[in-house]
Amino acid sequence: MIKLRIDGVDIEVPEGTTILDAAKKIQVEIPTLCYHPDLHPRASCGICVVKVNGKMLRACCTPAEEGMDIITRDPEIIETRRTILKLELSHHPNECLTCIRNECCELQSLASTFGLRERTFKNIIPSKEEMPADDSTKCIVLDPRKCILCGRCVEVCQTIQNVWALAFLDRSIDTHVAPAGDLPLADTPCIKCGQCTAHCPTGALSEYDNSEEVWNMLQNPEYHTVVQIAPAVRVSLGEAFGLEPGTVTTGKIYAALRRLGFKAIFDTNFGADVTIMEEGSEFIERFTKGNGVLPMITSCCPAWVDYMEKFYPDMIPHFSSCKSPHAIVGALAKTYYADKIGIDAGKIKVVSVMPCTAKKFEVIRSKEMFSSGYQDVDVSLTTREIARMIKQAGIDFVNLPEECADNPLGEYTGAGTVFGFSGGVMEAALRTVHYLVTGKEMDEKDLEIKPILGIEKGIKEMTMNLNGKEVRIAVAHGTGNVGEVLNRVREALEKGEEPPYHFIEVMACNGGCIGGGGQPRGVTNEVRMARMKGLMCDDKHSEFRCSHQNPDVQKLYKDFLGAPLSNKSHHLLHTHYEPIPLYKHHPALKK
Amino acid sequence: MSETEQEIKEKTNALLTKWKSKRGALIMALHEIQGVFGYVPWEAMEVTSRELGIPMARIYAVLTFYNYFKLNAPGKVIVSVCDGTACHIKGAPDIIEGFQRCLNIKDGETTDDGMFHLQIVRCLGCCGLAPVVVINGKTYGKTVATDVPKMVNEWRQKMAEA
Repeated sequence: MIKLRIDGVDIEVPEGTTILDAAKKIQVEIPTLCYHPDLHPRASCGICVVKVNGKMLRACCTPAEEGMDIITRDPEIIETRRTILKLELSHHPNECLTCIRNECCELQSLASTFGLRERTFKNIIPSKEEMPADDSTKCIVLDPRKCILCGRCVEVCQTIQNVWALAFLDRSIDTHVAPAGDLPLADTPCIKCGQCTAHCPTGALSEYDNSEEVWNMLQNPEYHTVVQIAPAVRVSLGEAFGLEPGTVTTGKIYAALRRLGFKAIFDTNFGADVTIMEEGSEFIERFTKGNGVLPMITSCCPAWVDYMEKFYPDMIPHFSSCKSPHAIVGALAKTYYADKIGIDAGKIKVVSVMPCTAKKFEVIRSKEMFSSGYQDVDVSLTTREIARMIKQAGIDFVNLPEECADNPLGEYTGAGTVFGFSGGVMEAALRTVHYLVTGKEMDEKDLEIKPILGIEKGIKEMTMNLNGKEVRIAVAHGTGNVGEVLNRVREALEKGEEPPYHFIEVMACNGGCIGGGGQPRGVTNEVRMARMKGLMCDDKHSEFRCSHQNPDVQKLYKDFLGAPLSNKSHHLLHTHYEPIPLYKHHPALKK
Repeated sequence: MSETEQEIKEKTNALLTKWKSKRGALIMALHEIQGVFGYVPWEAMEVTSRELGIPMARIYAVLTFYNYFKLNAPGKVIVSVCDGTACHIKGAPDIIEGFQRCLNIKDGETTDDGMFHLQIVRCLGCCGLAPVVVINGKTYGKTVATDVPKMVNEWRQKMAEA
């Protein structure tokens, strides 16, 4: 332990604690702007300066040392922080009222806290024509004019995700964040995971907003507009209305969506149960019958699919061909459901509410996404967009009564709900695979498969005994952690050895969908844990906890699909993958 | 002389061999690439990225950070306009503007046909001739803005004849 003094208070902290974190222990919140607890401090902004033995240092990146005497506030420090903010504002557009981050912008709130009332320095703000926003992905919008060069997006894109779509280009006053060659993001390695948008402190990186399109659908009397919500949305949407992270608000969300005017409320968790039937059966085909290569890798995360098609195209045969749960619900809504209620599928519009920006791209990523004869899912919204829509509608979310989802795509099991966090898809799959292989249900106490739960470790491994045969399993989250797993597989395959795993689950975002790029901002590991616990609680309280026990799923197979991996299933619920070059074309280079 | 994409890839591949096992070789490798081609072509960046295992974004960030690196083939006719103190006072800004307008390019750029490259340089050491322009080694002294079209035409003709 280290002894030091902060603002006259003596404290002890463990070695390696930063001044920023040490100060929190005595209720001192040093302001930060470029710092984010998920990321290594870049110390680019300087707003967190404090005086250490009289010398100004940045609190975010300075470790506490024995005997330090720190002052976190005096008129000189406050003036320095104000000057930093004034300089930031000198190249930041004065467009708060029309900005997507209005009222939820870290720069704006600091400007408010420090009482900046005028722009002291000459403004150097390029016009929108000189520096246009890049919305080429239709998932993520990069508006370089609003960038304060804090480096969070670059850090998360390069270090956490290992995608390297974004970098700092040029130097000095020309420095900007952009893809190599200043290419549009859609033509680069960007996997649309949206982690940059979840970490950006300002409006420089944000979700592509489709809410107007959805309002128009809801208004059109020709359409029968239905909606579905992803597992992870039910434990995060409440945050936008002041509820604690992890609060399970499924019933309130159903009620809110019904009041927004959706004709039927479905649940992606139902789709997750169907995914397990298909993917679980696919695994059994590969594992016990040798039909297809091992290891099999999960495919429900579209950012991960994009990553694999770009960075590991040689692994394509290892991918499960199964579509993601919301794509399955989309396909079934325009076939099975359309038949049931006797409405022309062309009149049905499907909206997905997802914790994810990449889902916006997934809905058109291949011809299989049009398996119903129409685009299976018409629009995918993020949690942040649906929160705004509910607010626009003046719905008092917190006090809404709990309602239920609609048949036939609304009932779900605990296995469907755990899809929302890292390890959950594997857990759900193993519950059903165990039943399908052994003919016996898993013991209730074994349903939570502890070795693959949790978010501390980026790669989680375990083995499971299945009828005397060992199944070797790996779970990775955050695409930056995937390389290690896949390289082990690649090496073994190249040497002609038995691969180290049979079954691999990957989710592109840290913690899985609960930490998705479209979730309410301000995510830290504590928030991820809270959301995960919320979903685990939802699972525990479910009547059925295994996908194959879902009565509506059983009915779906009996009445419509036949059996998992049937021709009809293959047509509606499966897809294929193709290698994608990292850079689609050469940029026109100027220098 | 300009190489085809295939030639660029092959030449880059060959020269990277000695840098592959060295850590921190990127900048030296890029210097060598520019030495061969006169600039760092996008194809060469892609080969470098693959062979050295360095993401394109990092390579491009390095290339745009250091002023020395060029991303485009320099023009066949290199127009250097001096904007040192003496030339500046004697009217170099008008000459620069003249070339920019006449060639429709800015400082450091090359015309679309790859013919002219414009660069602003500091003192050339012949201040008595200010403002000075040097085109492919030929010096033009005491220039005025109206000389610009004449100089451009002279070199267009020369290149057409050659």
